[in-house]
Amino acid sequence: MTALAALIRRDIKISLRVGGGALIGVLFFLTVVVLMPFAVGPDLALLTRLGPAILWLGALLASLLTLDRLFTADHEDGSLDLIVMSRTPLELTCAAKALAHWLAAGVPLILATPVLGLLLNLNATATAAVALTLLAGTPALTFTGMIGAALAVTLHRGGLLLAVLVLPLSIPVLIFGVAASQAAITGPLSFGTPFSILCALSLVSLVIGPFAAAASLRHGLD
Amino acid sequence: MRLSGSGVRCVRGGREVFSGLDFAASAGEALAVTGRNGSGKTSLLRLIAGLLTPEGGSIGLEGGEGELTLPEQAHLLGHRDALKPALSVTENLAFWREFLGGEAFDLRECLAAVGLDHAAGLPAAFLSAGQRRRLSIARLLAARRPVWLLDEPTNALDTSGQAMFAALMGDHLARGGLIIAATHAPLGIAARELRIGGAA
Amino acid sequence: MTLIDLANPTRFLSLTARILPWLAAATTILLLVGLYQAAMAPDDYQQGATVKIMFIHVPNAWLAMFVWGVMSLAALGTLVWRHPLADVAAKAAAPIGAAFTFLALVTGSLWGRPMWGTYWEWDARLTSVLIMFLMYLGLIALWRAVEDPSRAARAAAILTLVGALNLPIIKFSVDWWNTLHQPASVLRMGGPALDRSFLIPLLVMAVAFSLLFVTLHLAAMRNEILRRRVRSLQMMQASRRSA
Repeated sequence: MTALAALIRRDIKISLRVGGGALIGVLFFLTVVVLMPFAVGPDLALLTRLGPAILWLGALLASLLTLDRLFTADHEDGSLDLIVMSRTPLELTCAAKALAHWLAAGVPLILATPVLGLLLNLNATATAAVALTLLAGTPALTFTGMIGAALAVTLHRGGLLLAVLVLPLSIPVLIFGVAASQAAITGPLSFGTPFSILCALSLVSLVIGPFAAAASLRHGLD
Repeated sequence: MRLSGSGVRCVRGGREVFSGLDFAASAGEALAVTGRNGSGKTSLLRLIAGLLTPEGGSIGLEGGEGELTLPEQAHLLGHRDALKPALSVTENLAFWREFLGGEAFDLRECLAAVGLDHAAGLPAAFLSAGQRRRLSIARLLAARRPVWLLDEPTNALDTSGQAMFAALMGDHLARGGLIIAATHAPLGIAARELRIGGAA
Repeated sequence: MTLIDLANPTRFLSLTARILPWLAAATTILLLVGLYQAAMAPDDYQQGATVKIMFIHVPNAWLAMFVWGVMSLAALGTLVWRHPLADVAAKAAAPIGAAFTFLALVTGSLWGRPMWGTYWEWDARLTSVLIMFLMYLGLIALWRAVEDPSRAARAAAILTLVGALNLPIIKFSVDWWNTLHQPASVLRMGGPALDRSFLIPLLVMAVAFSLLFVTLHLAAMRNEILRRRVRSLQMMQASRRSA
């Protein structure tokens, strides 16, 4: 456990310091959301209706883009070799790295949601619903995206290819995240159904992600 | 404790690097792996570290610590430093000590042993290549591992650094450790030579 | 002839050389029979002659899923047994699967045109097939992105298995999403209420397309094995020069 705690502390420290990616993710999120009114027009009623979808898409892209370096940074400086050799099971190490990434890059997105909700004319209920669905859904994005991040070590590149591989896998999260937010705002569906499924998706990815990422790292080193 | 390999065959990218390689080293012994560029010195160390899988043959450690696998009992000092420039010297070393686990040693003493105690609080980004290598060497001291796998360990080290490292390797061997080093330059300690890939 | 012998690439080449002409002939005959039966099948009282697109569309859609299953099995072979022939099987299957998926999309869209009045409707089945098509393309991109074939094979194998686990979830999600936005399904494809006059040609076509896949897959595997031999010969030549 001390090993995992040390890893989480280190990763959070690095992402918050100079050169870290945590704040860039929030900045990207902000920029995507601010771009939307220029694309659809400054019609507040329309923006309110699209609000949850815009916020979810922004969060999806932001968390995916920051995931790019999750393993490649450790691979380039040789840390990954030592991590693979260590006495901690690689699956747990992967889970710890994803958790650290979520704490450093995912949580700020959720915290930024209320501010961005104001820009999109969402009321308090709607903002709370979006923030709650993001809280339940972003772990799924991180833990699914982690598979792509681990494949990026084999590929010697991430970026666009990683996005192409991972985005189709995150469609279910997007569907239920936006549906739960919409249900809370307009109904008629109850908020509970899609929200429970969203939580289930997060739990499933919590299991699949670390195993697939660990397998990918074991097979992908050279 | 005895580390041995028999009939090891290594294939990289569809190309055979070496095959039928036999080697052995016992506790307190150092093995210097030599050979021309591309003969597979680094590959051999990565095979022992479990980072590559041999296409044939086997590598094993007898008489190690209980249930632990060979990679779990080994330190790898590679070309890359495994240091994060954003963290301080002490933070870098403390992380590896905690993450690697096992018997741990005082960080100040480890830094003093490699001559970095004056830089303990500085970000690792400020270190020179030689100092980065010294900090990597401090990692070998901070967490105890009986097997040291060293890839060109004296690279970037000046004369005093090489003497310092030779002394540290001598201590490690005297405590019953085992060293396998891929090297072009003399290590400064008594070592058996394992030549791979034919004449240089 | 055991499975072990078959797993040897040289044996595989000589065996498939003997089998392939017969397979190709059987595929052609079954395809002709199936197409004839499909042409002779009666028109649907609602959909008219367009219902006959079904005889092409359904086997394609079926194979789109089946090929991913074949790749998943090959992926297990790659990861568990590290067998090079499994790598070859997985790599050869991906473009063929993508082609079947693409044909399923095109025929589905053509079939829907008279019903919907547009070429594309965000229908649950078509949307799922579209996502699957994207995943096939991503997989092919992954194969092309890594130079070393055995490393590419392991990365692709993991992505294939993750995809296989996710496809049912995606299918479920898209179905749910579709009913949320569009309660009544416009088009009923297949279903148990199918008449015998449709069912038999459909089954014949399904078998014919499966044989077509096996034929194409074996041929593609042969090509891939030969391509790898060329690659290793070139490598040997390069190393001889430098030595």
